[in-house]
Amino acid sequence: MTRKIVVGYDGSETARRALDFAMARAKAEGNSIVIAHVLEWSPYSFLTPSEIEERHRRRTEELQRAETAILAPVVAQVEQAGIPVATVLRYGHIAETMARIAKEEDAAMLIIGRMGHSGFAARIFGSVAATLAQASPVPVVIVP
Amino acid sequence: MKHNIKNMAHSLPATALALIMATLPARAQGLDTAIDGFFAATTTWFVNIIFSNFPGTSFPWIVAWLVAGATVFTLYFGFIQFRAFRHSIHLVRGDYSDPNDAGEVSHFQALTTALSGTVGLGNIAGVAVAVSIGGPGATFWMILAGLLGMASKFTECTLGVKYRNEYADGTVSGGPMYYMVKGFRERGLPGGKIMAVLFAIFCILGSFGGGNMFQANQAHAMITTVVPFYPGWITGVVMATIVFLVIVGGLKSIARVTEKVVPFMAAIYVGTALIIIGMNYDMIGSAFRQIFVGAFTNDGVVGGMIGALIQGFRRAAFSNEAGVGSAAIAHSAVRTKEPASEGFVSLLEPFIDTVVICTMTALVIIITGQLVSDPATGLFVLNEAGTQIQTVTGNSGVALTSDAFSSAFGWFRYVLVLAVVLFAFSTMISWSYYGLKAWTFLFGEGQTKELIFKLLFCFFVIIGAASSLSAVIDFSDAAIFAMAVVNILALYLLMPIVKAEMNSYLARLKSGEIRRYN
Repeated sequence: MTRKIVVGYDGSETARRALDFAMARAKAEGNSIVIAHVLEWSPYSFLTPSEIEERHRRRTEELQRAETAILAPVVAQVEQAGIPVATVLRYGHIAETMARIAKEEDAAMLIIGRMGHSGFAARIFGSVAATLAQASPVPVVIVP
Repeated sequence: MKHNIKNMAHSLPATALALIMATLPARAQGLDTAIDGFFAATTTWFVNIIFSNFPGTSFPWIVAWLVAGATVFTLYFGFIQFRAFRHSIHLVRGDYSDPNDAGEVSHFQALTTALSGTVGLGNIAGVAVAVSIGGPGATFWMILAGLLGMASKFTECTLGVKYRNEYADGTVSGGPMYYMVKGFRERGLPGGKIMAVLFAIFCILGSFGGGNMFQANQAHAMITTVVPFYPGWITGVVMATIVFLVIVGGLKSIARVTEKVVPFMAAIYVGTALIIIGMNYDMIGSAFRQIFVGAFTNDGVVGGMIGALIQGFRRAAFSNEAGVGSAAIAHSAVRTKEPASEGFVSLLEPFIDTVVICTMTALVIIITGQLVSDPATGLFVLNEAGTQIQTVTGNSGVALTSDAFSSAFGWFRYVLVLAVVLFAFSTMISWSYYGLKAWTFLFGEGQTKELIFKLLFCFFVIIGAASSLSAVIDFSDAAIFAMAVVNILALYLLMPIVKAEMNSYLARLKSGEIRRYN
C-alpha cells in the first residue's frame, strides 16, 4: 500500500537535504511525496490601512512566487525520479500548519530540515522542529 | 466659497513660509500666535455654521443630528448592537474564518486597524474636556452615545463593503463616497454624486483637522507638561518629518512599529486606569452616583443637565467617529464575501473606544478628585472665567487627564506623554489614508496628485502643533462633524439595503449556511 510522506520545503539548503532524504525513502518503499510550503502568517498581527488595502494583491503575489520559485523546480525533479508528487501551499503558523497538513494527508511520516537556530533565538521564539517533535500527529524525521 | 478655498490654498503655504523665515527662531512664540490668529480668521465661519444652536436654545443642532441618527439606526435594526454582540466577538476571534482564506486580512486586523485610527486623543483629552465642562454627568451621556453609535458604525461599514470598487490588480477602494454614488444609483435616488463630492471635501478637511492638527496640537500640549516652554513648531516639524517618512517615503517599518506599540499602550492605559480605580474602590459607588445624578440634574456645571448631555454626546462622537464615515473607508479595504460581517465587526469599535476606554478616563478623573466642588452645597465650583469646573491644578484637556493619573502614580505622567504621542501618530497615519482616499476620489489617482495631498497633510501637522488650542479644536470638530452631516443623510436613504443584507446574513447564519470553522 502506498502512503504519503510529507516534506516541509522552504527552498533552503537543509530543506533540500530533507527532500533528498524523503525521495530516497519514497523510492525504497514505493511511497508518494507531498511537498508542503507554509507561508508564515498570523491573523492577529497589526497592519496599517494601506497594508490592508494591498493585502489581497500581496497574497496573490506571494502565492505565485512560492509556486513558481520554490515548488515548481523541485516538483519537476521529484517527478523525474519517478516518484508520485503533490504540493500543498498554505498560510499560517508554520509548525501548527505542518502538523495539520500531515494529519489531513494521512501521512506515514513528516520530514523536515533542521532550522539551524540554536540557543537563544530558539529559546525565545521556539523552533519549528521542536514544536513538531512535540505536537506532530505522525512520526517526524528531522534532517540535519 | 470656491474662490475662498482657492485663495486659501494659494496664500496659506506662502504666508506660513514667509512667517517661518521672518521669525526663526527668536520670535518662535510670536509665530505660534500668528499662525493661530490666521487660522482662526480663515475658519471661523465654517465652525459657526456647524456648531450653531437650535433657535432660542443652547443646543447645537449637529449633536442632535448625530444622536438622532444613532437612535434611528438602533431602532430600525432592532438593537442589532446587542443582538449581534456575541456573534461579533466570534467573528473577530476567527471562528467563522475559512482556513483557505488564511493570508487575507482577518476580522481582527480590520478591527484593530480601524481602532488605531479612533483610539487616541479623543479618549484621553476629549473626555477630560467633556468632564471638566459637563461634569461627571457627561460620562453617562457619553456611554449612551457610544452604545447607540454602534448601530451607526454597523450601518456605514456594511455599506462601505457592499459598494466598494474592486480593481483588476486586487486592490479595493471604498467608503461613503462610493456608496453614495453606487447605492443612490441602485435605489434610483438623485444627488448621489453631489453628496459624494461634498463628503470627500469634508473628509479631506477632517483629515487635516481632527485627524491631524488636533492630534499634533494635543501631542505638543502633552509634551510641554514634561518639557515646558518650548515652541509648538518644533514638535510640528519633528512629527511632520516622521509622517512624511511614512506616507511619502514609504517607510513602513515606522508605521509597523507604531501599529504594534499602540495596542500595547492602550492596554497599559486601561490597565493603569483599572488599578487606580481598584485602589480607590471605596469611591467607585460615589463616582457612579455622581455620573448618574449629574446626568439628570443640575450639579452646578455650565449649562446644567443639558450642558452635560451636549458635552457627553459631542465628545463621544468625536472619539468613536460613529456616523462620520471614516470607519467605512477603513473596513471596505477588507476582503470579505459578506458585507454584513464587516458591519458586525465594526460595531465593536464604539464599544471598545467609548464604553470601555473613555469611561476609564472619566472614572479616573472623577475618582482622583480633580474636580473642585463646594463642600457646603455639593455643587461644582466654576473657574474664574465661568467656562468650566475649577480643577485642582487649574488644568484642562489632556493635562487634566495627566494630573489625574499621576496623582496615583507620578511616573505615569511620562508614560502618558509617550502614549499620547504614539496615539496621535497612529491616528494621523490612519487619517492620512482616509483623506487620501477622498482626495483620489475627487481628483483621480496618480503619483503627483497623491504627493500633493501628502505634502499638504505634513504641512498641517506643523500648523496644528503651532496653533493654540481654541482655534484648532473648533475647526477639528467642525470638519469631522461636517462629514457626519452628509454621511448620516446618505445612511438614512440607504438603510433598507443594509436591512436586507443583515436579514439575509442572519437567516443564513441560523440555517447553518454560514458555517463556523472553529
